[in-house]
Amino acid sequence: MSNSTDNLQKIKSSLKRRSRSESRFRWYGRVAIIIGLAAVLALFVDIISKGHGAFKATYIQVDIHYDGDRLGVTSSADKSQLMQANWDALVKSGLREKFSDVSGRRDKRQLYKLVSNGTGFDLKEHLVANPLLLGETESQWLLADDDIDTYYKSWLDGEPYDARLTKKQIQWIDQLHQQGDIRLQLNTNLLTRGDSREPEQAGIYGAVMGSLLTLLLTLMLSFPIGVAAAIYLEEFATKNKFTDFIEVNINNLAAVPSIIFGLLGLAVFINFFHVPRSVPIMGGLVLTLMTLPTIIITSRAAIKSVPPSIREAALGMGASRYQVVLHHVLPLALPGMLTGAIIGMAQALGETAPLLMIGMVAFIVDIPQGFTDPATVLPVQIFLWADSPERAFIEKTSAAIMVLLSFLLIMNISAVWLRKRLERRW
Amino acid sequence: MKQAKAAAKSATDTKSNPKQNLEVDTTQATVGNRFCENPKMSMRDVNVFYGDKQAIYDVSVDIAKNEVIAMIGPSGCGKSTFLRSLNRMNDTVDGCKVEGEVLLDGHNIYQQNLDVVELRARVGMVFQKPNPFPKSIFENIAYGPKIHGLADSRVDLDEIVEGSLKKAGLWEEVKERLHQPGTGLSGGQQQRLCIARAIAVSPEVILMDEPCSALDPIATARIEELIEELSQNFTIAIVTHSMQQAARVSHRTAYFHLGKLIEVNPTEQVFTMPEHQLTEAYITGRFG
Repeated sequence: MSNSTDNLQKIKSSLKRRSRSESRFRWYGRVAIIIGLAAVLALFVDIISKGHGAFKATYIQVDIHYDGDRLGVTSSADKSQLMQANWDALVKSGLREKFSDVSGRRDKRQLYKLVSNGTGFDLKEHLVANPLLLGETESQWLLADDDIDTYYKSWLDGEPYDARLTKKQIQWIDQLHQQGDIRLQLNTNLLTRGDSREPEQAGIYGAVMGSLLTLLLTLMLSFPIGVAAAIYLEEFATKNKFTDFIEVNINNLAAVPSIIFGLLGLAVFINFFHVPRSVPIMGGLVLTLMTLPTIIITSRAAIKSVPPSIREAALGMGASRYQVVLHHVLPLALPGMLTGAIIGMAQALGETAPLLMIGMVAFIVDIPQGFTDPATVLPVQIFLWADSPERAFIEKTSAAIMVLLSFLLIMNISAVWLRKRLERRW
Repeated sequence: MKQAKAAAKSATDTKSNPKQNLEVDTTQATVGNRFCENPKMSMRDVNVFYGDKQAIYDVSVDIAKNEVIAMIGPSGCGKSTFLRSLNRMNDTVDGCKVEGEVLLDGHNIYQQNLDVVELRARVGMVFQKPNPFPKSIFENIAYGPKIHGLADSRVDLDEIVEGSLKKAGLWEEVKERLHQPGTGLSGGQQQRLCIARAIAVSPEVILMDEPCSALDPIATARIEELIEELSQNFTIAIVTHSMQQAARVSHRTAYFHLGKLIEVNPTEQVFTMPEHQLTEAYITGRFG
């Protein structure tokens, strides 16, 4: 009797200790999650606070007189006339009229630097779109130069950065501000244009297209190959030393640093098969090599998780192995395979190192239209911009990161959604 | 591979079981009436190996047409292994090797050019755990006829599904929800669904591997009734842990011990006056 009360006593005293260690254990978990969340939050806050400015650009309002005589343009449909015309002159004269007190070559040159040097082309396109403007005067918002943009934004924030401007330019901006002729507008260039040496004209669209083309090819190649390999290894291959060897190799490949795949691509695809460099085909091939192990491993795990009783049931019904796979294993494993594929794609989307090796780090202005056009991809674009000396590229870099992250977010959300949707059937 | 190891392990376990220190010569041949005229299936000198371990030793026995034969014996005695070698389900187990002859209507099912797909359509199987496909009740039954191309039209298929469900005694319970998932049924219903699925391709022989071990007594009684009805049209080989079940449903009973077939006799005889000492020891509960 006393023994059992003794035991009860012991159990009771140990209860406290046990519950204490349990709550301690829970706190370890909570702290880990808090640290993780804080890191993510810090990252997002930093990037968004730096990058949100890039979605707006500074514009200056100038009266533009589309003077046909001066341009030498009689019809806005005549392409050769349009090509030869001096469009910059329109911008310059507009600026001179706005600041009529400016004289002297030096000051004038400073004045012309207020607006982006690509403005002339914008005016040409505007005239082609609105042919009736020929001979008329219209008040237009012109894209400001990146130095002006940087200064104006920092000045609005109360911490003017004027290192790159002259006193006169600052004075003019003040004047424009008082007249209400300078303002921030949505920066459409960022999402509709390709790369440029001029930060105010540089956009992410070329890189987005490059990434899309590259990823499309990667998905088209790696998903079928990966799934086929996984099915063969799981369902058909006999387990022997050779398949063990293959399995070890696949697992090792998944851990190989991605730059090695770039070197492999360089040696095999470019030097041996003479695939052109810097094109989405090349990027797609290299990223396929890199993504394949991930897809094979996740697909095999998905196939393994299909209960063996289902296979036995189908085999017992007289289904051939192929029918077992096609009718039963594949539908049940598909959500897992798709999730794996999307995770692999997300990895490929963020991959930079192997692409540096195969020349996708080139400066490319044109938007790639197909798999064989020179292109760059989002992470490489981020790398290029982060490497640029112009201060305006700082916010561009962060903006590009925001675009990349939102793509990743969309992919991950679609992975979760796909899995939920396909799994819900039974 | 795992299965092979488990089987091998349990075989050695029984060997070291102190309860069965019966000094009986197990090397002698099977006693009882193991052969019959015009058998549906006949096994001759069947040996089954998992890798290096032998699981079945020289089993020879016949199964008559429209007979229910029960296979009983202590765990690890090889009765499930033997059953699975009758429609070559052991092919899927790595390292499993079958020697000897298994004849179905006089043709060896282990001959080189035989297609297991055809074999399994003729020798169906019901497993220990109900394993309906994660599809609708209708799709579960229709799967076999579909892959074997047995139904010429949708109407045909509907008839097969209805007929199979009726034979399995499940029709009244599920006719209103044929297109709901088969996995939503109760355990007993699922097992009857699996039986219906097996008979949908009109097999000649149905192998049942402990079909009631995962079911409650009421569901078990239902399945046992069903087996009796089915024996009018099918030849049935059933592995069971329950001696009462063997006594209730089977015409003949085969007693396995450590991979050897000890005795085959009419069920009544096995349970009232077994010929072999080991059988007697088992049915009187001295080990098992």
